[in-house]
Amino acid sequence: MSPLLELTGLHAAYGPSAVLHGIDLQVAEGGIATLLGANGAGKTTTLRAICQMMVAVTGEIRFAGERIDRLETEAIVRRGVAHVPDGRGTFTDLTVEENLRLGAYTRRDRKAVTADFDRIYDHFPRLRERRGQQAGTLSGGEQQMLAISRALMLRPRLLLLDEPSFGLAPLVVRDIFAILRRINQADRVGILLVEQNASLALDLADHAYLLETGRIALAGPSAEIAGDEAVRRAYLGY
Amino acid sequence: MMQALLHQILSGLANGGIYASVALALVMIYQSTHHVNFAQGEMAMFSTYIAWALIQAGLPYWLAFFLTLGFSFAAGVAIERIVLRPVANAPVLSVVVVFIGLLVILNSLAGWIFSYMIKSFPSPFPSDAWYGSPYLSPHEVGMIAVTLAVLTLVFGFFRFTPLGLAMRAAAQNPASARLVGIRVGWMLAFGWGLAGAIGAVAGMMAAPTLYLDPNMMTGVVLYGFAAALLGGIDNAWGAAAGGFIVGVAENLAGAYLVGTELKLTVALAIIVGVLVVRPAGLFGRTLIVRV
Amino acid sequence: MKPTLLRSLGLSLLLALALAVPFVASGYQIFQATMVLVYAIALFGLNILTGYNGQISLGHGAFYAIGAYSAAILIDHQIVPDWATVPIAGAICLVVGYLFGRPAARLAGLYLALATFALAVATPQILKYRGFEHWTGGSQGIILDKPDPPAFLPIDADQWLYLCCLAVTLVLFVLGRNLLRGRIGRALLAIRDHPIAAASMGIDTARYKAMTFGVSAAYTGIAGALGTFAAAFASPDSFDAFLSLRFLVGIVVGGLGSISGAFFGAAFIEFVPNLADRISKAAPWAIYGVLLILVIYLMPSGVAGLIRAMTQKINRDKETIREET
Repeated sequence: MSPLLELTGLHAAYGPSAVLHGIDLQVAEGGIATLLGANGAGKTTTLRAICQMMVAVTGEIRFAGERIDRLETEAIVRRGVAHVPDGRGTFTDLTVEENLRLGAYTRRDRKAVTADFDRIYDHFPRLRERRGQQAGTLSGGEQQMLAISRALMLRPRLLLLDEPSFGLAPLVVRDIFAILRRINQADRVGILLVEQNASLALDLADHAYLLETGRIALAGPSAEIAGDEAVRRAYLGY
Repeated sequence: MMQALLHQILSGLANGGIYASVALALVMIYQSTHHVNFAQGEMAMFSTYIAWALIQAGLPYWLAFFLTLGFSFAAGVAIERIVLRPVANAPVLSVVVVFIGLLVILNSLAGWIFSYMIKSFPSPFPSDAWYGSPYLSPHEVGMIAVTLAVLTLVFGFFRFTPLGLAMRAAAQNPASARLVGIRVGWMLAFGWGLAGAIGAVAGMMAAPTLYLDPNMMTGVVLYGFAAALLGGIDNAWGAAAGGFIVGVAENLAGAYLVGTELKLTVALAIIVGVLVVRPAGLFGRTLIVRV
Repeated sequence: MKPTLLRSLGLSLLLALALAVPFVASGYQIFQATMVLVYAIALFGLNILTGYNGQISLGHGAFYAIGAYSAAILIDHQIVPDWATVPIAGAICLVVGYLFGRPAARLAGLYLALATFALAVATPQILKYRGFEHWTGGSQGIILDKPDPPAFLPIDADQWLYLCCLAVTLVLFVLGRNLLRGRIGRALLAIRDHPIAAASMGIDTARYKAMTFGVSAAYTGIAGALGTFAAAFASPDSFDAFLSLRFLVGIVVGGLGSISGAFFGAAFIEFVPNLADRISKAAPWAIYGVLLILVIYLMPSGVAGLIRAMTQKINRDKETIREET
């Protein structure tokens, strides 16, 4: 079975400075992969390159077998790729409900959308409480839930997450990761997770890639990497 | 004395409706692009000429009205896609110059195609209609009604329709809008189309009183700027409120303070006053004053 | 030939040609040449503000009008001799410009553009105001006589006026050029490009910006005074919004932030209407509009920038040839 997401020889640059120097990466259908690395290694750049949010990108990006590296962001999203960016990217002046509705903007199946609203609110009851509130007034954890929910409203086949644990209390993070696992198992949504918190990420993911100054330094099943103490100490700091 | 005052206020509200419409168009474009559409008045003027030509060709008023709205919408979209796209990320001065270029092209095009002779433009509200009164002529009543209809439709569109929501999202946060699949470029273009159509309404409502010539909208758009700044250039409700306030203020100042010859100076005073004293306007939030 | 020697020869040639004009051209052509000089001064003024300092003014016609009316009123009421009106007009505009510039310094580009645009649109109405009629002549304006040349010179009023304008232009340009090439010019550019950095280096940004406004207004005001002598009248409708927009066209086409650009721009706005008017009344502004947009798309540094780029390329090619042989 061909992978859901496949990056081959991905290069990316911001103007004259090259950030990614040939990345090879795969996410299986319904699988969870995590991209780890220090700050500045190029993790966020990788996600942005996948969504064509950057200009100077070369290499192959295949989604469900189709090349998407020449498409516009909007077209990539319409094929079922949902990206939760770092900083969350919520529409702070719009209400919680409007944010969620926008997540489903490209969908035509109205009844299913309404059903999805209910499901999201079941996962995150706090969002239901605050549905009429301006998104900017929510706490950090709630905004992260909102950002992930908005992505889920797309009914994506692939979910790209950029540091979902950033700035959140450990209990909140634990809840969010539990929900991610549930969604992955129930709906077979593939996940590519960029994370600073390596232990959490390795716990959730099946596969791990270690990014070091724009190159994949290490790749393998996450259990192996988590189990290898030398690797953990050298690369992951624990 | 009270009668005269009441008349000035009510008539000011009628004019204010036109200023509110122009201000709304300006704010819509500002919200999505952070640019001031200096050519808004000339776009409205040109649309009014189109309507005039259609009426001259024998079309009934309301048919010409709605055809003109359609044309103005399409023209707005075209202007955004063709003229403004190349300078989307250019410095402020470049964009301002392009707007001014657009302004003078439309102005001279109107003069060339339709001549500089002043023309009269009909009002769809007959001067002996039942809803006239000593305080408000039928046309002024009509102006207020049309303005309220436009404002209601526009606000309803943005508040309750998916496309309106998408346009708001694209204006507030283009990057995130792309991530939910919104084609941000086209949202910008539709915003321009709407602004063009709203401007056309303002022009067609103003023309019967101001008479149609290529420079008809210069004063009106100045008041539109004043209204938008007063209300808060990033706030659509503020723009509408600002329009009515400015309309009344213009009339009162004209009647009791400076006489009718200095009306444009009143607009200038409001603009400079708002920028110096309270740049965010009455209801706005943007910090537009910098270092 | 060394570049600087070539340049000096070129400038001397231009100066000789300029001096020859009043003796070889007809009366009307002398008037046109005078107006080119007048506009060049006005455009230089606007360029100091917008090109060098980055403050967008769509309303410099107002300062031109203030200069024009100052001179006209002083002459009309015979308050000072002819020659004195020009520096007085400059001084008045310096003060008015500075006063306008202080609050304007706090406005971001777009809002300053808006405020100055409003000023441009409102100017004719202010000039026509009945309350000032005794001085300004209301809607009719003021009619002047051209200043007489000194008795010992065998030239007529047009030629005399042209030569005076030429002298003023040279003085103002040399002064301005030295100002802009030195420390002050660098400060202006710093404020334009990196305002926060400039402020943190100790440049009093607000005061510089206000002074720049004043100097810019003074140049344009002097141009207005000279222009009103050339035209021999001052009337409100000649100072409408389109005058300010003509100045904008001039500096954009001529070249923003360039000194020679002022001359290209001035020639452009003086001669295009004459030529295009024959096609139709609307043609000049249609041409201006299209050119404004095209210049921004294709040639953002205007004519002066184009020439500079071409001469640089010629010099670079010469270098390459020299290296290869």
